[in-house]
Amino acid sequence: MNMNLLFVALIPLMGAALTAWVSRFGRMGSAWTAGGVTLLALLCLLPSAAAPFDGEVIVQRWPWIPGAGLDLAFRLDGLGLLFALMILGIGLLVILYARYYLSEHDCMGRFYAYLLLFMGSMLGIVLAENLILLLIFWEMTSLSSFLLISYWRGREDARTGARMALTVTGLGGLAMLGGFLLLGEIAGSYDLSVILTMGDVIRAHPLYTPMLVLILLGAFTKSAQFPFHFWLPHAMAAPTPVSAYLHSATLVKAGVFLLARLFPVLSGTPEWSWLVGGAGLTTLLIGAWFALFKHDLKGLLAYSTISHLGLITLLFGIGTPLAAVAGVFHIINHATFKASLFMAAGIIDHECGTRDMRRVNGLWRFMPYTGTLAMVAAASMAGVPLFNGFLSKEMFFAETATFFEEHAWGWLLALAVVIAGMLAVAYSLRFIHDVFFNGEPVDLPRTPHEPPFWMKAPVAVLVAICLLVGTLPAYTVAPLLQAASAGVLQAPLPGYDLAIWHGLGLPVLMSILALTGGLLIYAARRPLFALAARLEGRLDARAIYDWALGRTLDFAGAVTRRLDTGSLQRMLLFFMLSALTLGAIGFIGGGSSLTGPRVLLPVDGVSILIALVLVAVAIGTLILHRQRLTALIVMGALGLLIALIFVKFSAPDLALTQLTVEVVTIVLLLLALYFLPQQSPAESSRARRIRDLGVATLAGGGTAALTWAILSRPFDSISGYFLANSVPGGGGANVVNVILVDFRGFDTLGEITVLALAGLGIYAMLRELRLPGPTHDDAGRPWNWDAHPTIMAALARLLLPLALLVSVFIFLRGHNLPGGGFIAGLVTAVALIMQYLTNGVEWTHRRLSHDLHPLIGWGLLIGTLTGLASLIFGYPFLTSTFTHVHWPVVGEFELASAIAFDLGVYLVVVGATLLILVHLGLMHGASHPKQGIQQESR
Amino acid sequence: MNHLVIAPLLLPLLTGTLLLLLRRVLPLNVRRWLSLAAVTAQVVLAALLLLAVSNGDILVYALGNWPAPYGIVLVADRLSAWMLLITALLAWFALLHAIWGTDPGNRHFHPLFQLQLFGLSGAFLTGDLFNLFVFFEILLLASYGLLLHGGGAVRTRAGLHFVALNLAGSTLFLFAAGTFYGTLGTLNMADLAVRIAATPPDNLSLVRAAGLLLFGVFALKAALVPLHLWLPAAYSATSAPVAALFAIMTKVGVYALLRVGTLIFGGEAGPVAHLYAPWLLPLALATLMLGVLGALSVTDLRRQIAYLVVVSVGLLLTAFSLGTQAGIAAGLYYLAHTTFAAAAFFLLADSIARGRGERLDRLHPGPPLAQAGLVGGLFFITAVLIAGLPPLSGFLGKFLVLRAALAEPVWPWVMGLVLTSSLLVVVALARSGSLLFFRAQGVAAAPPVTAGALLPVAGLLALCLALTLQAGPLVRFTQATADQLLHPQGYIQAVLQPIADRETQHQ
Repeated sequence: MNMNLLFVALIPLMGAALTAWVSRFGRMGSAWTAGGVTLLALLCLLPSAAAPFDGEVIVQRWPWIPGAGLDLAFRLDGLGLLFALMILGIGLLVILYARYYLSEHDCMGRFYAYLLLFMGSMLGIVLAENLILLLIFWEMTSLSSFLLISYWRGREDARTGARMALTVTGLGGLAMLGGFLLLGEIAGSYDLSVILTMGDVIRAHPLYTPMLVLILLGAFTKSAQFPFHFWLPHAMAAPTPVSAYLHSATLVKAGVFLLARLFPVLSGTPEWSWLVGGAGLTTLLIGAWFALFKHDLKGLLAYSTISHLGLITLLFGIGTPLAAVAGVFHIINHATFKASLFMAAGIIDHECGTRDMRRVNGLWRFMPYTGTLAMVAAASMAGVPLFNGFLSKEMFFAETATFFEEHAWGWLLALAVVIAGMLAVAYSLRFIHDVFFNGEPVDLPRTPHEPPFWMKAPVAVLVAICLLVGTLPAYTVAPLLQAASAGVLQAPLPGYDLAIWHGLGLPVLMSILALTGGLLIYAARRPLFALAARLEGRLDARAIYDWALGRTLDFAGAVTRRLDTGSLQRMLLFFMLSALTLGAIGFIGGGSSLTGPRVLLPVDGVSILIALVLVAVAIGTLILHRQRLTALIVMGALGLLIALIFVKFSAPDLALTQLTVEVVTIVLLLLALYFLPQQSPAESSRARRIRDLGVATLAGGGTAALTWAILSRPFDSISGYFLANSVPGGGGANVVNVILVDFRGFDTLGEITVLALAGLGIYAMLRELRLPGPTHDDAGRPWNWDAHPTIMAALARLLLPLALLVSVFIFLRGHNLPGGGFIAGLVTAVALIMQYLTNGVEWTHRRLSHDLHPLIGWGLLIGTLTGLASLIFGYPFLTSTFTHVHWPVVGEFELASAIAFDLGVYLVVVGATLLILVHLGLMHGASHPKQGIQQESR
Repeated sequence: MNHLVIAPLLLPLLTGTLLLLLRRVLPLNVRRWLSLAAVTAQVVLAALLLLAVSNGDILVYALGNWPAPYGIVLVADRLSAWMLLITALLAWFALLHAIWGTDPGNRHFHPLFQLQLFGLSGAFLTGDLFNLFVFFEILLLASYGLLLHGGGAVRTRAGLHFVALNLAGSTLFLFAAGTFYGTLGTLNMADLAVRIAATPPDNLSLVRAAGLLLFGVFALKAALVPLHLWLPAAYSATSAPVAALFAIMTKVGVYALLRVGTLIFGGEAGPVAHLYAPWLLPLALATLMLGVLGALSVTDLRRQIAYLVVVSVGLLLTAFSLGTQAGIAAGLYYLAHTTFAAAAFFLLADSIARGRGERLDRLHPGPPLAQAGLVGGLFFITAVLIAGLPPLSGFLGKFLVLRAALAEPVWPWVMGLVLTSSLLVVVALARSGSLLFFRAQGVAAAPPVTAGALLPVAGLLALCLALTLQAGPLVRFTQATADQLLHPQGYIQAVLQPIADRETQHQ
């Protein structure tokens, strides 16, 4: 399949990387490469270039995301061809020009790489068949123009201008994405071939207006239409070749290209006429007005560009086929004369070192050739006969004249465009007169002279086109204009005549008025300048932009500072409130009653007693929470009471676990408390405490209500299966243990991993932490350094073997009776902790390896390997097996694979618990090194 | 039974354990390569698993040979395999960056890293709600250990906040799971789906409350507004490879919301069908906007990236909240993109911070980087990706989400807010890039960044490029995945059929 259109866009994009790379080997290499790449792209386009002249449309497609209607689809019709030729042709001239423009300090490779990136994106826009693809290239032009405008990155104005251009055109691009999505939804396809045939359907669709507004936002921001025009003058901070390229044939033309592209689909409604025509007319006038008063040469050209873009937009807004043809024609003409004018301005800047027209005067003497070229281009800009600008402006006047005859208020339009025409003549005149005549140069940094020949050559080429088109339109531009207009209209062309003289009529009258008016305005410029100086800053869209951006940033800062205070309490508050809201709305929305239908059990005295004590203890903890040690002891009672509840409801396993966990936790907290003040100060305000009390009460009440709702309903679960299969399937009579090591052994494997991770995590934290420990208590009494009373130490040493024996016993019987690896591990840990506490860390470490990591590692490994063993026999991971063996003396004994797994659990529990406690303890020692040594030596 | 399903769990678990045991035996370099080799194998395993389920098969692995709903099952479907592959690829590059130089800061970096992978893989594969809780715990503790990696007061503080808040979340998870078990009598997710559809009116309130509490837990993990505040602090405080790996952490919450939202509270859940829908969309859009406001207002790059992760969570959940095939498919594509892009950004921010001397990553003009061109270029590409600008995967993801939203009546909201947020992200990143690269003055304050630090960034960007170029087949895959999620009958049958068969045999 023929894919040359894809390559036309792709070659410059790929060439950008090549150019950047080549620049390592010398400055000129990248210029030559960029030129070569552009020529290659042009060559790639040529095989298809004939087709549009025969009225053919070439569509080439490569699937990308067919599921979302996005393909790499390209199309070439007259409009696309015209733009592609302008982009490549003027691109070549700009590459040549820039090679002489850029100074030694400027990185050539970077410049040409950005330029090619931009060129490829631009070609993509004009050749895209798929709207989303068009948008992709559209945004890429925003990005690459950001890079180009900020090319002189050290300059503040370049950075600001680039960011402004990116923000404004980015805004438009995103809006356009929205518009294209809607258009695709309406038409059922993103393909232009489909969309362009569906104008009537689209215009009649209820979503037409929002879609139109969104797409126009994209076109207007790109083409610098009022009120988005302000970014364009700031983009003049770019090197002049960039301005010549971006603001003549490419970037800003993308917007009017889009208007032309979608003209058959979107135009023909009052919304279109008002929005497009209104924006165009306003921009035409405002641009022309400001252009006259800019002292900066490039500023004048920038505003004149805005004005001419307004003119083209207005033509499309008028909406007649003839107006569209005029619009296309003016696109061509504006590209040629504006590119040459920018280049001329660049030469002047380059040679004089300034572009201020109050200083750059009388250059005719120094650079007559450049002056001649600039004069021709400026005459074309002003619309002087025999130059190309005159032809399209004449067509423009003719269209407004027709409008004048057909509409009651049409004279207003005609008047406005004549005024704009006068202003255009005036600023063109100023450009020539101020720069080349008007006295002597004022204090120029450099002595001006003619630039090198090859710097003038691109200007000369463009100026020659201006002249040729202006004098012999029928033999030069006519076929291309015809093909391009056919591409825009997608319908038979209206009759038009490219002759220079159409006979006397309103258009000619308007032209004469504009020319003479312009001369008069320029002659009377002094009072006008005074007026403009007084109006300065009154009508500044940039101020609005700055204001909006500033407000947005302020707002963002205010919101973020208000929310993100870095307070844990606040995060927890949000979490509690969210949980409460979710739970409450969830429950209330279900419409069920709080109390279920289950018959309640009779209440006995013991339960009531435990419950009451629990409540009392909870309240006690709350009241005492500022005295940390006391509160901790009271909290310990809470844990013991819960263990009692488990006993009461016949859950000895849980009771044992709870008991040992409670002991270990309290020891751990006691060790940690050492580093904290004994009393917590009251830091919260009263109101805040009341708020927190309310939230806590609600959370507690909510939990209680939820529990009540569950418990008061009949319970039907899968637990029957566990009871039935525990002995035959799991080989254990203790269902809790069988669930832990077999039915849900994988959970346990996960939980011991959690425990191991907790150990490692706390180890990591404590190793990095250096906390100063207190030497006195609150009352100023020094701590008692007799940390290891002899009687207690002796007792603990005696208890150790007993405790270990108990843990072995608990471990072994675990599968059938209350016990198991977890509880046994905790018991062992408690027994060893006692040694640490009573005899000191050093003493214990002399007798016990103090590297506890292997213990954790082995535990995990044993647990995992036990699970893996079943894979050998073709069963899934963690499948258990058991057998009964007869041992002498012991008798019948059950051997279950689950015991090995439980051993893993045991080891991890011992290892992780001790790791945490030992390192907390070690930190104690580290916080009082002196006393620690004294203690040991004693 | 296909052991391929459990292999991505056992591999990191065993590797982590071995690395812990061999800590003193093997020199650091050997342990590094062991760790990297294991993650490489993990990538292969994930790819094989994806291949195995790409035809629509759902692989069920009954642990301990106990059939569901009694035992724990692992279930591999397209979604799980997709998440696994993303995780493994991400982990590979994060580890590569760590090996380049930050792993000696924590003795246990490699075991913790592997166990974190174990937790991630488990969360994506498990078919049991309580087992999901267990894996959440593993993830929490492993991340806590990793978060402290490198030490310092800021990290310790961030770690404390992270762990305290998430423990509160775990408690809520237990409440929710307990309520489910108390009313429905099961914890297997497929079984829950079956039983929940037949909830009697009297139990409806409980089931709804439990479901929404679970929503709260997942929202906390996913960093959904107003539970997002932990993320910027934690992500910006930790070391670069950990922050990069954390790019997948919020996605665990997102995954859980998607899984539970389609399987248990999907369209066939009778009285509780689409329980999450009315909550998810407004909160997701709020997340999007608050994330952007945060990104606009912060003063250092890493915190800005962290807020951009919040933004991506917003967009991701916006896509999922649409509940349609197109929406979910768009979200799944975007998920892969945002994970890789955010990770690349965190790794790159580290290189920038190292290259700027005392200025670190503060958004304030400072000395230029030694390799401003290269690092700046990478920054530009990453920013384009993150902001969702054309032509890379970020744009494609956003386009797919918006396209999917058009089919829903809420589209003006989605489109308006998504496009506004995109613009503000562009503004924020243009400002950062301009400050960091354009306004640099003076001489470079630090030696050039080594290639080892930039290679993982380039690798992750290359993954995004692959996502862009291969978008066609990938979108086809995510569409099939979304289809599978919206028709949970296949999942339920695959999980519960074995026990039904066994029972018929017994009769």
